[in-house]
Amino acid sequence: MSEEAHGTSNYIKIWAILVVLLVLSVLGPMLGIQAVTLITAFGIAVVKAYMVAKKFMHISEAPKFITYLMVTCLVFMLLFVAGSAPDVFKSEGDNWKKTASWQYMPPEADHGAENH
Amino acid sequence: MRPVATTRSTAGLPTGLLAVWWVVASEIVIFGGLLSSYIMYRLSHDAWAGQAANTNTWIGAFNTLVLLTSSLFAVLGHQAAEKGDGKKAARFLYYTIGGAATFVTVKALEWNMEISHGFTITASTFWSFYYTAAGIHALHVIAGAIIMAIVARDAAKGLELHRVELIGIYWHFVDIVWIFLFPLLYIAK
Repeated sequence: MSEEAHGTSNYIKIWAILVVLLVLSVLGPMLGIQAVTLITAFGIAVVKAYMVAKKFMHISEAPKFITYLMVTCLVFMLLFVAGSAPDVFKSEGDNWKKTASWQYMPPEADHGAENH
Repeated sequence: MRPVATTRSTAGLPTGLLAVWWVVASEIVIFGGLLSSYIMYRLSHDAWAGQAANTNTWIGAFNTLVLLTSSLFAVLGHQAAEKGDGKKAARFLYYTIGGAATFVTVKALEWNMEISHGFTITASTFWSFYYTAAGIHALHVIAGAIIMAIVARDAAKGLELHRVELIGIYWHFVDIVWIFLFPLLYIAK
C-alpha cells in the first residue's frame, strides 16, 4: 500500500465519501419506492462496510488467511441461519403446525409427583 | 518485561494482532447471527414494519455520523502511532472516546424517550430484538472506549504504540456492525 493511501487527506476523503453515502441511505427511502429503499439502505450499507474494512481496517494488507478466517466464520454463521430458517418462514412441517395462537407453553407441573 | 503479544509473532502476524482478528471473527458470528435472526423475523412478521416506524431515523443517522467520525479519528491515531508520535496518537484516541461517549449518551436519551412512550423490551418481539441488538452493540462501544483509554494513557508516554492499531481494528468492526444495524432498525419501515 502506498504512502498516499495512508495519508491524512486520503482518510478524510474516505470519511467524506462515507458521510455522503450515509446521507443517500437516509434520503433514498424517503421516495417510498421499495427497490430504491433496498438499494440505498442495504446496498449502501454493504458498500460502507466494505470501505471501512478495506480503507480503515486495512484488511487487504493483512495475510490472506485473515480474510479466509472472516469469510469462514460468515459462511458457518449463514449455515446455522439456513438451518433454522424453515422454522421461522414455514407454517407447518412433518410433525408440527403453527396456529394463530402458537406460542411456547411450559410443561404443566406434576403436583402429584411431590407426594411420592 | 514486555508483553508476549509484543515480542512474539505467529503465522506471520504479531500475536496481539492475530488475537484481535480472532476476536473480530468471533464477533462476526455473534452479531451476524443476531442480525440474520432479526431479518428472518422481520420478513415473516409484517406487523414489525409498524413497530419499526416508531424508531427515530434522524437520531440513528446522527449516531452513524458519530461512529464514522470516530473511526476516522481511530485510523488517524493509528497513522500517528506508525510514525512514532505517541502524543498525537493518544490525542486521536481521546477524540474517538469522545465519539463513543456521544454515541452512548444519545442512545441513552433515545431509549429514555422510547421507554417513556411504552416501547419497553417486553412491549413486543420487535422491541426485544431492538433493545438486545442495540444494547449488545452499546456494550461493545463502552468496552472499546475503556480499552482505548488504557491504550491512550500508554501511548501518550510513547509506550506500546502497536496497541493503537489493535484497538483501532476492534473499533472499526464496531462501526461496521452499526452500519448494518442502522438500516435494519431505523430505515426499513
